[in-house]
Amino acid sequence: MTILGIPSAALFSQLLIGLINGSFYALLSLGLAVIFGLLRVINFTHGAQYMLGAFAALLLLKFAGIGFWPSLLIAPLLVALFSAVLERLLIARVYSLDHLYGMLLTFGLTLIIEGLFRHFYGSSGQPYAAPKELSGAVNLGFMMLPKYRGFVIIASLAVCLLTWLLVERTKFGAYLRAATENPKLVQAFGVNVPLLLTLTYALGSGLAGLAGVLAAPMYQVSPLMGQNLIIVVFAVVVIGGMGSLIGAIATGYTLGLIEGLTKVFYPEASNTVIFAVMIIVLLVRPAGLFGRA
Amino acid sequence: MTAITRINAVKDQTAILSARNLKAWYGESQALHGIDLDIHSGETVALLGRNGAGKTTTLKSITGLMDRRSGEIKIGGKDISRLPLHHIARHGLGFVPEERGIFSGLTVQENLLLPPIVAEGGHTVEEIYALFPNLKERRHSQGTSLSGGEQQMLAIARILRTGIRILLLDEPTEGLAPVIVDRIGDVIIALRKRGITIILVEQNFRFAQRVAERYYVIEHGQVLDQFSAAELPGRQDWLSDVLGV
Ligand SMILES: Nc1ncnc2c1ncn2[C@@H]1O[C@H](COP(=O)(O)OP(=O)(O)OP(=O)(O)O)[C@@H](O)[C@H]1O
Ligand SMILES: [Mg+2]
Repeated sequence: MTILGIPSAALFSQLLIGLINGSFYALLSLGLAVIFGLLRVINFTHGAQYMLGAFAALLLLKFAGIGFWPSLLIAPLLVALFSAVLERLLIARVYSLDHLYGMLLTFGLTLIIEGLFRHFYGSSGQPYAAPKELSGAVNLGFMMLPKYRGFVIIASLAVCLLTWLLVERTKFGAYLRAATENPKLVQAFGVNVPLLLTLTYALGSGLAGLAGVLAAPMYQVSPLMGQNLIIVVFAVVVIGGMGSLIGAIATGYTLGLIEGLTKVFYPEASNTVIFAVMIIVLLVRPAGLFGRA
Repeated sequence: MTAITRINAVKDQTAILSARNLKAWYGESQALHGIDLDIHSGETVALLGRNGAGKTTTLKSITGLMDRRSGEIKIGGKDISRLPLHHIARHGLGFVPEERGIFSGLTVQENLLLPPIVAEGGHTVEEIYALFPNLKERRHSQGTSLSGGEQQMLAIARILRTGIRILLLDEPTEGLAPVIVDRIGDVIIALRKRGITIILVEQNFRFAQRVAERYYVIEHGQVLDQFSAAELPGRQDWLSDVLGV
């Protein structure tokens, strides 16, 4: 069977890859949007935190025998905890300065973290096995779906939805949204806003750590695994516009799919299509598709 | 006048809030040059003064919202001037800013429930909705979709829930229709009956006269004078002069 002259199996498999990539774009840009919304810091450490999530899972298995399922919770928590310490010790000091300082600081942290891991683990990747419950594939009739990939798509959708609910429907989220608009007034009401900032940074970073754990069984765990991905994720964030969570999620999945389709119809452009979209969006809507100018 | 005398008679004379030599700066420019205030428990005090005199800055300094300030601020005898901003509300202090500070990303109800409870004895949500039926009707709307008057009601209402004992109000009647101004006057009088101490910044002198028991006149970031409501008639001309009205 063919669709538009393309074998349908090839089309669906590229769409699946697009959806998988989109899941990571969505998770990572959601974390960036959560952080930027409140802290006004463009978190360049995000790629390193993604890598830390994957390494945490790998090392937990190696040294403590802790498998994938517990790591899915523990590794992001470790990344969140580490990030909370970073925020308290370093990032909190640049809030009152120009955005550029936050960017430089988090970029510098990335170089340090990735450099340290490269020093100890080299740049080659290490494998991390998918849990045996998720090995193999299911036949969907029109294509074979590897179980683990299906899980990644569902898990990332669920996490995006939970994060959205947390921000839009809970008291914590109300503090977060209010502090985004007027942090001093919220603090004058008696809310511990410095702690709120720390928790929010930890939350956004924890999402990156979770994406890292999810990525570990599919890609090799390597110190630089976040580098290439994060550049694309920043393009996604620019396209979606900072500050809108729904925007970050929707743009992440859509661009993953667009990338997948490009691979089918015009493979030469598949690595650049997201940046091409970014340029067009910047020309037409500089604040991003969902951004408020 | 008799009403005011009666309230004066029952009110507790200890200073619940006092400020000594309060100074504040915006960057390098000094806005307050040593303000002294003594506010007694349960009284309603109005701060008067021309535009730019330093009234808002005084309230913001007391609340801890000024980045640069010096001097001593005591609530119930305890110095709060060095506390982190989020600890100050716990001493029973609530602030309604001039721009009202309603959050657009929150519904009316979320705005109402936002400030944490700091002490017992605050209004319940039911009491608040009884006092402001409009807010109940619009509780699921976006906070900033309310009219100016409703936003002012919401800004006052959400502070009342928290159980604060001292309420700082910055120009609550600014830009509101006379009917709404009357409503706000009623609310302030009701709060006074509940024993809440109120510091009010007001340009609308007729409104201030309706609710205030004592006045501070501020000029160039200093207290020019203070007097009680009973002394007001003798000062009308002087006051018009100072306020330029
Ligand atoms: N954000 C600011 N930056 C710099 N200077 C300021 C700022 N806000 C106020 N000022 C200055 O501080 C002084 C006191 O201002 P403040 O707002 O306290 O006056 P006010 O008595 O509340 O006036 P109004 O009746 O107009 O509200 C003024 O000279 C004003 O120009
Ligand atoms: Mg003012």
